Amino acid sequence: MTESAERRIECRMERRDWMGVLARADPERLAGAWDALGLAPGFEWLRKPEFGAVMVRGRAGATGAPFNLGEMTVTRCALRLEDGRDGHAYVPGREAAKAEIAALCDALMQGPEADEVREKVIDPLAGDAEAERAHIAAKAAATKVDFFTMVRGED
Amino acid sequence: MYVAVKGGERAIENAHAWMAERRRGDREVPELALEQVAEQLSLLVDRVMAEGSLYDPGLAALAIKQARGDVVEAVFLMRAYRTTLPRFGATEPVDTGAMLCERRISATFKDLPGGQVLGPTFDYTHRLLDFKLAAEGEVPEAPVGAPREGAVPHVVSFLNAEGLIQDEPESDETPRDLTREPLDFPADRALRLQALARGDEGFLLGLAYSTQRGYARTHAFVGELRIGMVAVEIEIPELGFSVEIAEIRLTECETVNQFKGSKSEPPQFTRGYGLVFGQSERKALSMSLVDRALRWKELGEDFVGAAAQDEEFVLAHSDNVQATGFLEHIKLPHYVDFQSELELVRKMRREAGAMQEAAE
Repeated sequence: MTESAERRIECRMERRDWMGVLARADPERLAGAWDALGLAPGFEWLRKPEFGAVMVRGRAGATGAPFNLGEMTVTRCALRLEDGRDGHAYVPGREAAKAEIAALCDALMQGPEADEVREKVIDPLAGDAEAERAHIAAKAAATKVDFFTMVRGED
Repeated sequence: MYVAVKGGERAIENAHAWMAERRRGDREVPELALEQVAEQLSLLVDRVMAEGSLYDPGLAALAIKQARGDVVEAVFLMRAYRTTLPRFGATEPVDTGAMLCERRISATFKDLPGGQVLGPTFDYTHRLLDFKLAAEGEVPEAPVGAPREGAVPHVVSFLNAEGLIQDEPESDETPRDLTREPLDFPADRALRLQALARGDEGFLLGLAYSTQRGYARTHAFVGELRIGMVAVEIEIPELGFSVEIAEIRLTECETVNQFKGSKSEPPQFTRGYGLVFGQSERKALSMSLVDRALRWKELGEDFVGAAAQDEEFVLAHSDNVQATGFLEHIKLPHYVDFQSELELVRKMRREAGAMQEAAE
C-alpha cells in the first residue's frame, strides 16, 4: 500500500467516505470480507434492493454549464437493525446482494461494531481501491513520452 | 373497407428459433461468455454503452451477445431496458480535471504539466494483421513507470489564464433532458451535447469530417484528449449529503479552434467539447468538432448552409435507434398502403391510355 493510501485510511472517516468505499468495492471482495467478518445482525427492510438509474452529468468545456451525459445503473436499499440503527446503500450496477451488505456495514459502522467493520471490511477495500489506482497510474506513467531533441545542421 | 389479417405466428416463432440457433453458431465452438465480451471486446462494449446512453458494462455485453454483434440492435436493447428503470436522480457534474488519466495527449503543446501519456492506444501501430492473435498465447504484463504526483490540469486552462481562449460561462442551471421532454428547436448547448453524446458514432464522424473538408470549416486543433476514471458523486436524498458511489471510464476531447475578434473584443481561440462514456476517442473528437460547428450563432459566425451547422439536421438524425426504427419499419407489411397505390397507378394509366386514344 502506498503512503498516501495509508494516510487516507488513517484519517478520521466520515459516513460519506465509508459509504463510498463500500459502493465502489468489487462485489466479490465485499462479499468475501463480509463473510470473514462473521456478523449476522437481524434487520428489517426499509426499502428492499431496487434497480434504477441516475443521470450522469458533465459540464460543457469541462467547466461550464451542466449537461446530461447519459445514465448509469444503480441499486439502492435501506434497512434497520434490531437496535434501531439505519443503513443505506447506493451502489453502481445491478447488485442486490452487494447493496444489502453495503447497507448492513453502513448501519454497523454507526455503533459498537465500527472498529471491527472498519478493520476487516472498509480498510481492506479502501486499500484495494488505492492499489488499483496506483496500478493504473503506474501503467500510464510507463507510456509517458520523453522528448529528446536531435541536434541538426551546422554549428 | 378494412380487413384485419392475422397469421404468421408459427412462422415468426420458427424464425426466432432459427435466429437463436444461428446466434449460437457451431455447437462445437465454445459459447461466448459475457465476461469475454466485456473484457476482450471492451471498445464495442463502450460504444454500446455510449450510444445506448446507459453505463453498465455487463448489460452492454449481454446486449452485444443477444444482438449477434450488431451495434445498433444492441444499442436498441440498452435503450429499451433503460426505459424500465426508475430514475433515482442526477449526479453532480463530473470533475474531469480530477480524472485518473490512462491517456492524455495534446496536439497543441509538446511540454505540458502531466506530460503526453499515450495509454493503451492503437496509434503508432502499423495496422498489420497480427497472426499471433490467431493462435493462443499469453500476453506479457505491460511495463510500469513511476507515476507523477499531483493534478493533471486541462490544457485549455493555460490558454484561459492568458485570456487567449473563449471562456465557458459557469453555471449550475439544471440542464434540459431530451429523454424527458420532446426535442424542440432551437436547442441550447446542453441539449445538443446530450444528443451528441448518445449519437451514432458513424454519423458524427461523417459530419465532423465534412467540417474538416470545408463545409463549415472551424480548423480544429486537439487541445487535449484524455481517457480515464472519473468519480461519480450523487446526493443521497434520505441522508442529505453526497457520496462518490462509482468510478466510470470517460473520454474527453477539447478542441481549440479558429479565432474571431470584434470591435469590442480582441481575437480569441474558440472551443468545442466532446465527452463520451468509455474509451471512445473517435467519437469524442467527432463530438467536439460538431459541437464547435453548431455554435456558429453564439460565436457570431455566418451560417454557410453546411449540414454540421444545422442543429435541426444534426440532432434529428444523429440518434441511430430513432433512425433505424423509421428506416426499418418500411420492410414491415404495407399491403393495404401499397394496394391503394397500385390501384391509383392502374387508374392513371387507364385514363392516360383513353386520352391518347381520343387524341388519335
